[in-house]
Amino acid sequence: MPTVLLKVNRKEYHLQVAPWVSLLDALREHLNFTGTKKGCDHGQCGACTVICDGKRILSCLTLAVMKNDSEITTIEGVANETELHPLQQAFIDHDAFQCGYCTPGQICSAIGLLKEGKAKTREEVKELMSGNLCRCGANVGIIDAIMEVKGAANE
Amino acid sequence: MQKSVGQPINRLEGKLKVTGAAKYAAEYDVKDVVTGYVLSSPVTKGKILEMDTSDALALTGVIDVITHQNRPKLAWFDIQYTDMDAPPGTVFKPLYNEKIMFNGQPIALVLAHDLETARYATTLIKVKYEQEAFDTCLENNLDQGRNAKKGFATLLKPPPPKPTGDFLNAYEQAPIKTSTSYHHSAEHHNPIELFATTTVYEGNGKLTIYDKTQGTINNQLYVANIFGLRYKDVRVLAPFVGGGFGSGLRPQYQLFLCVMAAMHLKRNVKLTLDRKQMFTFGHRPETLQNLRFATDINGKITALNHSAFAETSQFEDYTDPLVAWSHKVYPSANTLFDQKVVPLDVFTPIDMRAPGGCSAMHAIECTMDELAYKLKMDPLTLRLINYSEVDDSSKKPYTSKALKACYLQAAEKFGWDKRNPEPGSMTKGNKLVGYGMATGIWDAYQFPSRVEAMIDKDGKFILNNAVTDIGTGTLTVMTQIAADELGLSMKDVDFRYGDSKKPFSMFQGGSAMTSSTGSAIVVAAKELKVEIDKDLKTITVTRAVTAVAAGKIINPKTAKSQILGSMVWGISKALHEESIMDENLGKYINTNLGEYHIPVHADINDLEVIFAEENDELINELGVKGVGEIGLVAVPAAIANAIFHATGKRVNNLPIHFDELL
Repeated sequence: MPTVLLKVNRKEYHLQVAPWVSLLDALREHLNFTGTKKGCDHGQCGACTVICDGKRILSCLTLAVMKNDSEITTIEGVANETELHPLQQAFIDHDAFQCGYCTPGQICSAIGLLKEGKAKTREEVKELMSGNLCRCGANVGIIDAIMEVKGAANE
Repeated sequence: MQKSVGQPINRLEGKLKVTGAAKYAAEYDVKDVVTGYVLSSPVTKGKILEMDTSDALALTGVIDVITHQNRPKLAWFDIQYTDMDAPPGTVFKPLYNEKIMFNGQPIALVLAHDLETARYATTLIKVKYEQEAFDTCLENNLDQGRNAKKGFATLLKPPPPKPTGDFLNAYEQAPIKTSTSYHHSAEHHNPIELFATTTVYEGNGKLTIYDKTQGTINNQLYVANIFGLRYKDVRVLAPFVGGGFGSGLRPQYQLFLCVMAAMHLKRNVKLTLDRKQMFTFGHRPETLQNLRFATDINGKITALNHSAFAETSQFEDYTDPLVAWSHKVYPSANTLFDQKVVPLDVFTPIDMRAPGGCSAMHAIECTMDELAYKLKMDPLTLRLINYSEVDDSSKKPYTSKALKACYLQAAEKFGWDKRNPEPGSMTKGNKLVGYGMATGIWDAYQFPSRVEAMIDKDGKFILNNAVTDIGTGTLTVMTQIAADELGLSMKDVDFRYGDSKKPFSMFQGGSAMTSSTGSAIVVAAKELKVEIDKDLKTITVTRAVTAVAAGKIINPKTAKSQILGSMVWGISKALHEESIMDENLGKYINTNLGEYHIPVHADINDLEVIFAEENDELINELGVKGVGEIGLVAVPAAIANAIFHATGKRVNNLPIHFDELL
């Protein structure tokens, strides 16, 4: 079985996984980073979104062995030691979740989105966040939270 | 001390949810856990002739394969498999025998050291089937329709009310009348969290079970009854539930299979369904409704007839309460209501957010719109003409009903007076613009519940209840209520929940108090705007206003989220979601989130919520009512009516596809 080096949330993990193990299952089943969620396993819901080398990716459509030596940030690594990431706080303030299951993916995706710098307007943010489904219907709060943080970053 | 009730307080569990620390059913770090994977039947009806599991068993890492042939011996009396939400009939028993009753039925459970091995091993099982002819088409089987059998569940879902007056004569004589049919596709709840169970085998007949459920005690009793365990030795925990919407009201089959495997192996077992398997159990049934309403020349309703057919399984009679709603809102001297179940070769439907009501009110409120046009009357005026302070169906006054305030506040906020009633008359660039409105009504159910309270050594007040918080804000709201009642600050109250070990809360048989004093309902008025591309006919809900009267609002922030969320569900029901049944194959063909459409962020625009003030002193001491369903009920009709206003076309089948406007 191949060994893969995954750097997750600034820590190194040497993992023996079969080549068919997805990054999502490696994180959840092997490393116990269960903040990354499985909703469809098909790249359709976005719940498994993590940040890999600075970009948002769907960990269910990524094999763990493809990410040898990559820097991966999951929801558990988004905050610093003393305070929440501004998006995490904005999600709480805007009640941008109900059941909370899609939330880690929404937040990781939003971090990636803001870094990409492509979305200028609310409409564009909505469009470029549309890969992340929310079944509770917290869409308005989610986009409000992202717009608040985006606005603060632009000032 | 400042009261917390009425304050827009952030969810208390918010930090756990935004940091990934909240643990859902499949996420507990349990030692030496065995992972299961379910093999689903590709056959809709028939029986298994042969099953060869030798290749699967030979695969390194596979521990066992359980099928109907080698399953552990259990007592298989139907009564032991029933649950608090079981409709009348014979409950489904997984791996009971060789019979296949619906597509996707679980027929084997592979147990392995890891997920990938278990999943792969399911593909190595060889099965020979004998297939039988099946019926999965509602429309072709309406002649099989019959009254639903009666049982425990009938208490909450009574049969249609008896006729009043003489409908046929009144309808015949009426100057203004409509006769319209409405079709609704089946829908699946599809919470984003997959159904999952982790069973910790504690030994000495004890189990700790982390389960995706909306009722910890329901599932505790279910497991104990089937496996012959003492109630106190089975603990079911669900502190976080990744969406329910009704799908967690009954124990799902992964619970049974996971516990069976844990008992069999005497080990810890984890079992998660995949997304495709999320389409193999309860769902909102496909329905066909026929409505005939009549009014006098002034718009006063004189006759109401609502009849419906809804699918159910061959083994249980699920009832989606469809036909009694119109008479709860609109008085009429002559009424006729009828509902039939049509048994098909599918799994039993189950309650899904605003069960019955959201499908029924779509049909009722579109019919009202049709009448308004026949009367050449503003749709809002027609509602006000038929406004009542008494529930004509029970002749009891409503405990409170600020619906008139809702109508007026929503109309003012929305700008309803700017509407030119002529269909197709309003445009914006290349878009046809339509305004639509509808009424929403939902029963204000109440279920008795017991809370245990104690004070810890630091003076903190601990409250215990078995209830789950599926995203509804229960933890926050209960803490607010308790803090105010006790005169404490919220941080001195610790509400503990989602655990079957906590005091029992039985949900059936409630509403005793409300039924004796009055008719308890939640109401809403919805006004919304659609824009339809003149060439492509793509439909966008650009703006929607909901005015809700739901008694006292404990937490305006979480309550608003509930309404917004259910408005999104309404948009979804009207324009997006449906489980598409292929009648020739006997199965749903869009069993994934790419093809089962729900709204994405780009589909959701300007949504507004108004809470109309309502002081209900009769319903309960706090004057509170639930807000989980009401926001959904009026949306589909408001959208369909707005589409008619924009295009002059009535589409009475949900969801509405844009090609129907071409």
